[in-house]
Amino acid sequence: MRVVHHPILGDLPKVRQVKIWVDGKEITAHKGEPIAAAIAAAGIKIHRYTTKREEPRGVFCGIGQCTDCVMIVNGVPNVRTCITPVTEGITVETQHGAGRGGR
Amino acid sequence: MREVDLAVVGAGPAGLTAAIEGAKRGCRTVVLDMNPRPGGQLIKQIHRFFGSREHRAGTRGIEIADSLFHEAASAGVEVMVEAEVYAIHDSTLEVVAQTNEDSLVLLSEEATTSRSRPLSIAARRIILATGGAENALNFAGWTLPGVMGAGAAQTMINLWRVLPGKKILMVGAGNVGLIISYQLIQAGGEMVAVIEATSRIGGYGVHAAKISRAGVPILTSHTIISASGESRVERAVIAKVDASWRIVSGSEQELEVDTICIAVGLHPNARLASLAECELCYSPSLGGWVPIHNSRMETTISGIYIAGDLSGVEEASTALEEGRLAGICAAASLGKERAGDYDDIKAIEGRLLGLRSGPFCQHRQDAKQELIGIGEAQCPKQ
Amino acid sequence: MSQAIESPSYPSQQELRNAPGYPSQKRLEKGPVVVIECIEEIPCNPCEQACPQHAITIGEPITNCPHLDEDKCIGCELCVSQCPGLAIFLIDLTHSQGSASVAFPHEYLPLPGKGQTVRAVNRAGEPICSATVVRVQNPKTNGQTPVVTVAVPRKYATEVRGILRPGR
Ligand SMILES: Cc1cc2nc3c(=O)[nH]c(=O)nc-3n(C[C@H](O)[C@H](O)[C@H](O)COP(=O)(O)OP(=O)(O)OC[C@H]3O[C@@H](n4cnc5c(N)ncnc54)[C@H](O)[C@@H]3O)c2cc1C
Ligand code: SF4
Ligand code: SF4
Ligand code: FES
Repeated sequence: MRVVHHPILGDLPKVRQVKIWVDGKEITAHKGEPIAAAIAAAGIKIHRYTTKREEPRGVFCGIGQCTDCVMIVNGVPNVRTCITPVTEGITVETQHGAGRGGR
Repeated sequence: MREVDLAVVGAGPAGLTAAIEGAKRGCRTVVLDMNPRPGGQLIKQIHRFFGSREHRAGTRGIEIADSLFHEAASAGVEVMVEAEVYAIHDSTLEVVAQTNEDSLVLLSEEATTSRSRPLSIAARRIILATGGAENALNFAGWTLPGVMGAGAAQTMINLWRVLPGKKILMVGAGNVGLIISYQLIQAGGEMVAVIEATSRIGGYGVHAAKISRAGVPILTSHTIISASGESRVERAVIAKVDASWRIVSGSEQELEVDTICIAVGLHPNARLASLAECELCYSPSLGGWVPIHNSRMETTISGIYIAGDLSGVEEASTALEEGRLAGICAAASLGKERAGDYDDIKAIEGRLLGLRSGPFCQHRQDAKQELIGIGEAQCPKQ
Repeated sequence: MSQAIESPSYPSQQELRNAPGYPSQKRLEKGPVVVIECIEEIPCNPCEQACPQHAITIGEPITNCPHLDEDKCIGCELCVSQCPGLAIFLIDLTHSQGSASVAFPHEYLPLPGKGQTVRAVNRAGEPICSATVVRVQNPKTNGQTPVVTVAVPRKYATEVRGILRPGR
């Protein structure tokens, strides 16, 4: 959910919107925001599943330290989505395990 | 290879003031920060800060960050953002940074990560101001999506303007837990409760009172037992604990929440300092393992100084003062002294003493004194 | 949540009255004056500089509790928005016959409108009475901390510290 009105920060400034593809679904993101923010705004919480036990993981530290939020971005696995900004047309996929084949 | 007099790692309040003092004394100074915006913790602090007017208390953190950055820029400091320092080779004091731009990046410019490239900087003096990092907490289900550091939630709402959940449980009633709870309400979230395992609220009473009158229960002597749900947090079970930290059976209660924020303290982010082989020492009052330093903020490695939360988790006001101190001392060691430095240092020490007094802060003064005592014996002599 | 609060998350009337930031009953009866609900020794002092009348003193060390010189306070409200603890309230027991006014910082949206009837809450966030919004002040100098003044029955003036936000 976007925080549109805010008592201290004011209204959300108008920013350029970009389209990104998350697991095949089109999502509208704000230019410059991290991928994790865009997908959280769309209500998506699961970023990946762990290798052995297939446990779901989502954003934990939000500052690039824990690697819980990694996903496959434009085919590249293990991208820390909390510190990687969106760009027009990127594809983002939920990562299973190490994210290489056999999904 | 780039050559500078002074390289500062971390553009928080400590790093920026250190750089300002260095640059004012004629040091060619560069600050590197892995974040896309300078300011450290301040860039997500939308509340008015505590401290004295001298430390811009009463001003919101975000505004302090902006004005520090501009002060640094006009003092001639080069601030590089999206530049993560991942190694320091001790003897040559070489900083290895990864950055997409090796020139000044202004606040207004957008971040891209597409062109990262390694960069080496040879610095005659290094000041580490890498801040603190959040402590984790283990309980059943703590890895479920929806459980996150309170700092991550704060980044989401105040920087990215996205509310991570609707019904939120905060674990920890220190200042960080209390302030972020307040900010989650301001962003439109519902705080179901703030729980605290100890028998008293650790943060300031005024912060607790703020969220209390907003209708948020603060439950002391309560801990989290589990988080559960289908692939993400849907509920939490909390329970009372007795004086010896045992769970009071029958006191369990289930809360319907979709987000659980963990605010159980910070520890000095000493990764880079230990890579640089600075010796650490353990100090509970300062948040855990801290690099040993002397009264000039110099570590056990000659030429490497520290300041701010890295030298003990405290506050922005203390970080600003320590940064200044480190900047003045590092510049002096390069022969770049200014008339009045001695008086400045004495004044800073006096203000630090004031900030570390009172029932909340005196223990930090004691811990600092001890740390500096060790430092005076172990760190290089000037 | 039904659970009773274990340890109070706010100071008691007694603790407040014993603190140096609390005006005497006599002064309260005279007209608008601040009550400073900041009773711990924390390193903070913006209130001291915020008051042009020099009615608030912290001095050295900075961890001293704010001390109110009640006769110097003219009830101008300037300090209310400047306190990072949002701990300063302006009380006017002489607001009108039978009613008192309470001014408090209110950093939430939406802001209430003048004349609106709202539910007033106590320090625990519980609604205790109905209130009428007298004023909503948010000049630039408040720095994004609006100050809302409500009129409440006189007997609630020492209890009311905010209003119920819509949707709660
Ligand atoms: C919720 C909250 C509320 C607070 N409220 C107050 C308050 O009211 N008053 C007050 O005085 N203090 C407050 N503080 C504390 C204050 O924010 C910190 O004490 C202060 O920011 C510490 O400053 P610093 O410069 O040491 O570190 P930080 O501000 O943490 O900055 C460290 C910087 O170093 C960077 N960094 C780390 N490692 C590297 C690396 N390897 N390479 C490049 N860059 C790196 C980080 O990206 C970061 O930007 C609050 C803190 C929190 C979390
Ligand atoms: S209301 Fe005005 S006079 Fe009274 S303490 Fe506040 S600023 Fe000073
Ligand atoms: S400004 Fe507010 S919180 Fe700070 S000392 Fe004054 S009354 Fe207390
Ligand atoms: S959430 Fe920790 S690295 Fe992204």
